[in-house]
Amino acid sequence: MSFAPASRTTLGKLDYGFAALIVLAAVFTFQRYGSFLDYYEQGILLGSAAGMIWLGWFWKPLRVFIPLCGLLALGGIALYDGELGNGASRFWLKYALSSQSAVMWMCVLFFLATLMYWLGLLGRSATALGVASGLTWAAAAAALISKLVRWYESYLLGADVGHIPVSNLYEVFILFCLITALMYLYYEGRYAARSMGAFVLLVISAAVAFIIWYTFDRQAHEIQPLIPALQSWWMKIHVPANFVGYGAFAMAAMLGVAWLLAEPAQQTTAQRRTLLLVAGGIAALAVALHLGSGQLGDVWQGRALFVAKFGYCAALLAIVAANRGKLAGHLPAPALLDEISYKAIAVGFLFFTIATILGAMWAADAWGGYWSWDPKETWALIVWLNYATWLHMRLIKGWRGATLAWWSVGGLFVTTFAFIGVNMFLSGLHSYGGL
Amino acid sequence: MRFAVSLLVVLAIASVIGTVLKQNEPYNNYRIEFGEFWFRQFEAFGLFDVYHSSWFLLILTFLVLSTSLCIWRHVPGMLREMRGFRERATLSSLQRISHHAETGKALDPAQITAHLQQHGYRWRTRDGAGFTLIAAKKGSYQKLGYFFAHAAIVVICIGGLMDGNLPLKLAETFGSKVPEMRDVPQSQIPAVSRLQSGNLSFRGDVFLAEGSSADVIFLNAGQGYFVQELPFLLKLKQFHIEHYSTGQPKRFASDIEVYDPSGKLLKSGTVEVNKPLIVDGVAIYQSSFGDGGSALQLRSWNLASGESSALAATSKSNQPLTVNGEQYRLELLDFRPFNIENMGRKTPADGSLQSAMAVAQSVKGEHNLKNMGPSIQFKLRDATGQAVEFQSYMLPWQDEGAWYQLSGMRREVSQPMGFLRIPLDKDMKPDTFMRLRTLLLDTKNHGEIARRTAEQAYRSGGVSSESREQFEQITQGVLAEFAKGGFPAIDDFLTSRVPEAQRQIVAQTYLKVLQGATQEALALVQQRAGQPVAQADAAQFRFNSDSLVAISNMFDFGSPVYLQLESFDEVKASGFQLTRSPGKNVVYLGSLLLVLGIFFMFYIRENRLWVRISPEGSILALTSNRRSSDLDREFELHRTALLPADPPSPEDGSNEKESA
Repeated sequence: MSFAPASRTTLGKLDYGFAALIVLAAVFTFQRYGSFLDYYEQGILLGSAAGMIWLGWFWKPLRVFIPLCGLLALGGIALYDGELGNGASRFWLKYALSSQSAVMWMCVLFFLATLMYWLGLLGRSATALGVASGLTWAAAAAALISKLVRWYESYLLGADVGHIPVSNLYEVFILFCLITALMYLYYEGRYAARSMGAFVLLVISAAVAFIIWYTFDRQAHEIQPLIPALQSWWMKIHVPANFVGYGAFAMAAMLGVAWLLAEPAQQTTAQRRTLLLVAGGIAALAVALHLGSGQLGDVWQGRALFVAKFGYCAALLAIVAANRGKLAGHLPAPALLDEISYKAIAVGFLFFTIATILGAMWAADAWGGYWSWDPKETWALIVWLNYATWLHMRLIKGWRGATLAWWSVGGLFVTTFAFIGVNMFLSGLHSYGGL
Repeated sequence: MRFAVSLLVVLAIASVIGTVLKQNEPYNNYRIEFGEFWFRQFEAFGLFDVYHSSWFLLILTFLVLSTSLCIWRHVPGMLREMRGFRERATLSSLQRISHHAETGKALDPAQITAHLQQHGYRWRTRDGAGFTLIAAKKGSYQKLGYFFAHAAIVVICIGGLMDGNLPLKLAETFGSKVPEMRDVPQSQIPAVSRLQSGNLSFRGDVFLAEGSSADVIFLNAGQGYFVQELPFLLKLKQFHIEHYSTGQPKRFASDIEVYDPSGKLLKSGTVEVNKPLIVDGVAIYQSSFGDGGSALQLRSWNLASGESSALAATSKSNQPLTVNGEQYRLELLDFRPFNIENMGRKTPADGSLQSAMAVAQSVKGEHNLKNMGPSIQFKLRDATGQAVEFQSYMLPWQDEGAWYQLSGMRREVSQPMGFLRIPLDKDMKPDTFMRLRTLLLDTKNHGEIARRTAEQAYRSGGVSSESREQFEQITQGVLAEFAKGGFPAIDDFLTSRVPEAQRQIVAQTYLKVLQGATQEALALVQQRAGQPVAQADAAQFRFNSDSLVAISNMFDFGSPVYLQLESFDEVKASGFQLTRSPGKNVVYLGSLLLVLGIFFMFYIRENRLWVRISPEGSILALTSNRRSSDLDREFELHRTALLPADPPSPEDGSNEKESA
């Protein structure tokens, strides 16, 4: 990947039009709200505008996507008319543009997209894959609109309540879906490899399932005011940077699974049978843990369910291991999957590094030290060390193939633990976003 | 290299340990959790403070050494590489490059260099025997990425070391500094446990009440602590706490003043969460808050005599208390000006999909928070050292139209509070209840109460004249049992005296008798106090029942007095963390290097391109530090631009496979 878009294609009218629009929007925002922003926030505003222009130039579809989502979000905001109650009475808000309606659309669209990707993959249907890709774009749009409208809604709850919607687990899960989907769409377009969406969308669907459970079971979608520790401009940059990392690692892991199913391995029938047996065993244990979790008491029930879900994933992976290369004719070339997976980890590693550093700088402002060996910090370090090792192995030792594919899958487990597991199992300073 | 990568893995695994086991807890907690044997083993391995243990520091040291060695070994070669153009490449070596293409013609060097310039290449031209070699390169800074990223690790570790407590650890090892284990006033702590204000780096805490000041902070050190002297005096003027309309905390802020040792004001300002104040290289953070010792007015009810008296106390302090000739210690804990409780959702969901969707659609939560008002927690310790913990709320609490005074009680810290509900009279005071209780528990009154109860029952036609005397006796008996130990005593009496078959009926009769007697007792109380006698209506009936339950529960109250918070004069306190970390900027520099290094390594591709021109034929070759489809694409670009369109040679490299 080159970071100089101009060298590949020259900038056209649409590029400059897009840039002008973003600049106008930034100037308008600055004039209207600049006095409410401190220097850092003004800097973030400028940086976001510049970053957005660069992104639009670098990846052309965003020149339409960003303004369109912005326009729809503004429409939703206008419909609110400064009154939160309108969300339940005005048709377009109630059924499409209020943040929660947009989230529900996002959920439905991601599920449909996953289904279409699989139909397209198994049936080798370019039409189905095209539809799936469109659905993913629509879902990403719904996610972005929901974020923007939610930001506004939080101010309707109270001028002092308003804040950027990246402050708790519910909000960042939507961010995760948005970022992972957009990153995937970039690689899909760049390498014309749509069928790998079947795998990437699986991890997004898992996140969507979590969002639905979290909404209906825990009412986590309700906007809560920020506790003092989170009232900082650092949050605006630390959290999104982290989720570029998480999204990229998740995508790399799913491409690792795709690689394993695309590249045949020399396996004997006995080996296959053993793997399937292992899969069955793990699945049985996970089911037992799942069903028996009710008797473990409040704290351990949640933990047991978490472990059971890990078990299901492990069982699925054992099945993948027993079916190496079974989807060879359906997926892009393994070399391409390997390359995209590597690129995703490289992007993720860069952003995860930045996010961890930003987190350390925030901690120096909030907790009295840039590093406190808090469980969340320590697990961020572990995730970082894991991918640092992965990259060393690939770049210095020249490793390729099955080992790295499995490793990136394992990396997702480590990342997931750092992301959710730490909040559930370990206690520490970073106790926001608990379940 | 292999060693360094193994170290990364070892470091990751070692880090896990410290997240599984909660670090830096008070050591006694570990002792209780693991038992003496395992406590000793774990302590020996430094598992309670993994990240400062010698073995962890050893791993880090090895990582730094190994990374430094990597830099030392590779950087000189890399710099040479960066400068060089490799213009000595031979024809056969170019032909071995996988991305190469040949043509039978000679090419125009000027056209080639123009093309290279357009694509950002720098080049050298070498004229050999019968050929011209143009050796070009682009993105040499990629190599700097390696240097930056690896130097960053070393720089960050050095910064961390500057801020770490290694010198203190060493001083501890050699015995020149010893942590203080006792809980004594700060001024009595010996020099061997004190650290001078010139200490390079520290991170410690201090808790200040409003109006008080400190010139030392406390550093945790395993089972004890050190006293760190500050280069200034920190004074807390006022602590502020603000809440959102929903009751959640919104802002914690401390107005502070900092004086130099001579008493001159150095700086004054407000410290908030996320907004530390930096004085003299020491950052002052808002880290906690609490009660700073508030003046309290309590009412003390003697549960034996039923008399009450005023009692003045200060929260977070101890005072002796003499009740009925017995010595007690009243240990006052935290005063809390408000207690916000979540009372659960107001309207439980009816389970239909529609209502679930409606809930999921709204971002406005339904909060049912209730401020229970000020409260004080205290322990009452008797002469044998046994203590019971209480929590007393100042404000009355309403439940379904009736008002109560709440008092929590527990015997073990690990247990939740059990609550006693004392019904309040029309003046919102516990006085009527207290008088009723004293009267009912005093057996001297039982005859009178029983007589009145029987008379009332006879007048209302509840009992005949023959059974009136027997009813009076039963009433007196029930009262006597109740006065012995409340409902449990009556229950014991029933279990031991009444056959099981009749127990249910007898119990109900007894309860009715007791309720009737209570109403009469209340009338007696009010007569004696010169008050009008209350009507026996539903509200009064409820008061009586609540009184009976409360009297019964008070047998298990564990205290000879009932203390009730009446008023307070709050003094808040604020907890600060003070740090001096000279390594911070070093760590940030390292971080910057790290980001630059990673960026250079992954996003600058180092390409080398050769064009060897000779009359017999020319060759174009392209290599890169990354072999990817991007390289294939770029090679195509150069080939179509530079080589005239003649049929590609069979060993054309553009379709080569990735080698493992």
